[in-house]
Amino acid sequence: MHSFINFAYLVAAVLFIYGIKGMTTPKTAVRGNQLSAIGMLIAVIAALLEQNVVSYLYIIMGILIGAAIGTFLAKKVQMTSMPEMVAALNGFGGGASLLVASANYLEMQKAASMPMGVIMGMPEANTQWAIALIFSILIGAITLTGSFVAVGKLMGKLGDPSSIGMFKAIVKVCIVLLLAGACYFVYTDPLQNTDLLIVMVVICLLLGVALVIPIGGADMPVVIALLNSYSGLAGSATGFVLGNNGLIITGSLVGASGLILTTIMCKAMNRSLTNVLFGGSMAAQAGVSKDENDAFYEGKVKVTSADEVAMLLDSAKKVVFVPGYGLAVAQAQHATRELASMLQKHGIDVKYAIHPVAGRMPGHMNVLLAEAEVPYEQLVEMDAINPEFAQTDVAIVLGANDVTNPAASKDPNSPIFGMPILEVANAKTVIVVKRGLSPGFAGIPNELFINENSLMVHGDAKLVLQEIIGAMKDL
Amino acid sequence: MEMLMLTLTIFVLAIFVGVEVINKVPPTLHTPLMSGTNAISGIVVVGAIISSGGGEQTDGLSTFLGVLAIILACINIFGGFTVTDRMLHMFKKK
Repeated sequence: MHSFINFAYLVAAVLFIYGIKGMTTPKTAVRGNQLSAIGMLIAVIAALLEQNVVSYLYIIMGILIGAAIGTFLAKKVQMTSMPEMVAALNGFGGGASLLVASANYLEMQKAASMPMGVIMGMPEANTQWAIALIFSILIGAITLTGSFVAVGKLMGKLGDPSSIGMFKAIVKVCIVLLLAGACYFVYTDPLQNTDLLIVMVVICLLLGVALVIPIGGADMPVVIALLNSYSGLAGSATGFVLGNNGLIITGSLVGASGLILTTIMCKAMNRSLTNVLFGGSMAAQAGVSKDENDAFYEGKVKVTSADEVAMLLDSAKKVVFVPGYGLAVAQAQHATRELASMLQKHGIDVKYAIHPVAGRMPGHMNVLLAEAEVPYEQLVEMDAINPEFAQTDVAIVLGANDVTNPAASKDPNSPIFGMPILEVANAKTVIVVKRGLSPGFAGIPNELFINENSLMVHGDAKLVLQEIIGAMKDL
Repeated sequence: MEMLMLTLTIFVLAIFVGVEVINKVPPTLHTPLMSGTNAISGIVVVGAIISSGGGEQTDGLSTFLGVLAIILACINIFGGFTVTDRMLHMFKKK
């Protein structure tokens, strides 16, 4: 029976790998997700067959409560709030690992106090177990609180602190205490150290908060990806605690996925992970004051109207939309798609240029546009679209700022120098739709807005687009 | 010690498999990838089930922690798979 159960966990892990493989194209992705779900079902059934599971009441209660909450959240969440959703799920994953490891610790204590010493099917409380337990609890606790701080930041409830020195100090003290505590825990009798373990959990919960609070709101995509990775690694560590290979494999898949996405996000912002984690927010590092910002734009911005944009579009052959997070805030995805369809009917070639950090998490903008029924073939990645801007008649920038700033490639003194950008400035005409002239997340003015071939339309993206659509109809 | 080497080997090899597979996922699907991996990280539920199953090694507190862990893991499983499915259907249209 025991090997049969372990075999079932292996089958589950294989199905997860096939499931992720399905995600390599949008056509096979739905099936891939279903394969993963079947894998999960198999794993749960296998767990229910374990010999140490004798009563099902609490298990069923737990599953029903979790299922109800999870399904409710998943059905209700807006696509604009996906980053919050994923961050919260990371937190729950970390929390679950923390709880499982803690419960296992208590069970080991009880098992050790029993006359037979060891219960069938339970691993031994040796050094290896103690180290795995510490990792599982530490990573789980950091992921739990770190993720919920990230949720708060994404929702705008938690701002960026003006000084990050205090948090850096807290992080350092926590790490020193944890290292000392972990060594003591492992090298004395781990089962006698309950109080120490509780103290360490509290320190880790605090560390999760202190690590994420100083990170700038603009860097949340990196943080979510990193916490995603942590939640996987916490699961893996729990696998080591329980001696469960299925958990180890699955946790490391999730850990690898999160790490890859973290690297992609860091590259897209041309920042090192250390700089994101410990450098504070970009605006605080290099931002300009409001006066400097106003002086930069003074008298150099050409403003135009929706009617003129409509005329420009009418004579264009190729139009590229450049969406940024501002588009999602203005809920302008549907209006964008409406205008795009209209242009296509006129025989105009329409594409969307997607910067890797266009949304607030990896791939977020793609989901927002997919929701508005934009065909995914029209969404073009940065490297593929950049050579096309030179042949583009009109590029429309909607709520994107820093990712279009030519200073990133031209001005070595710019804080964003070296960051890969969408080379929008190469298009014949650039229309920038923006409420005002406030700087983006990097806190610096954007040269693109005062370029010779740039025209600005001030206003809410959705309203402006609707005006343009109206004007196009009247032409 | 041999056991440790074996599990460590599995861990390292699984990371390589993960990197290979996930590198092929296009940026368009990165958000569903994240919510999908959230769902499969709910696999900790198997550990939680064993702690909540009333075996002779459990006591009141460990069962309570186990049930709490089942709830959190199931939020991940059901929430993760459902929301991923919702998103992927948006990409499938047309």
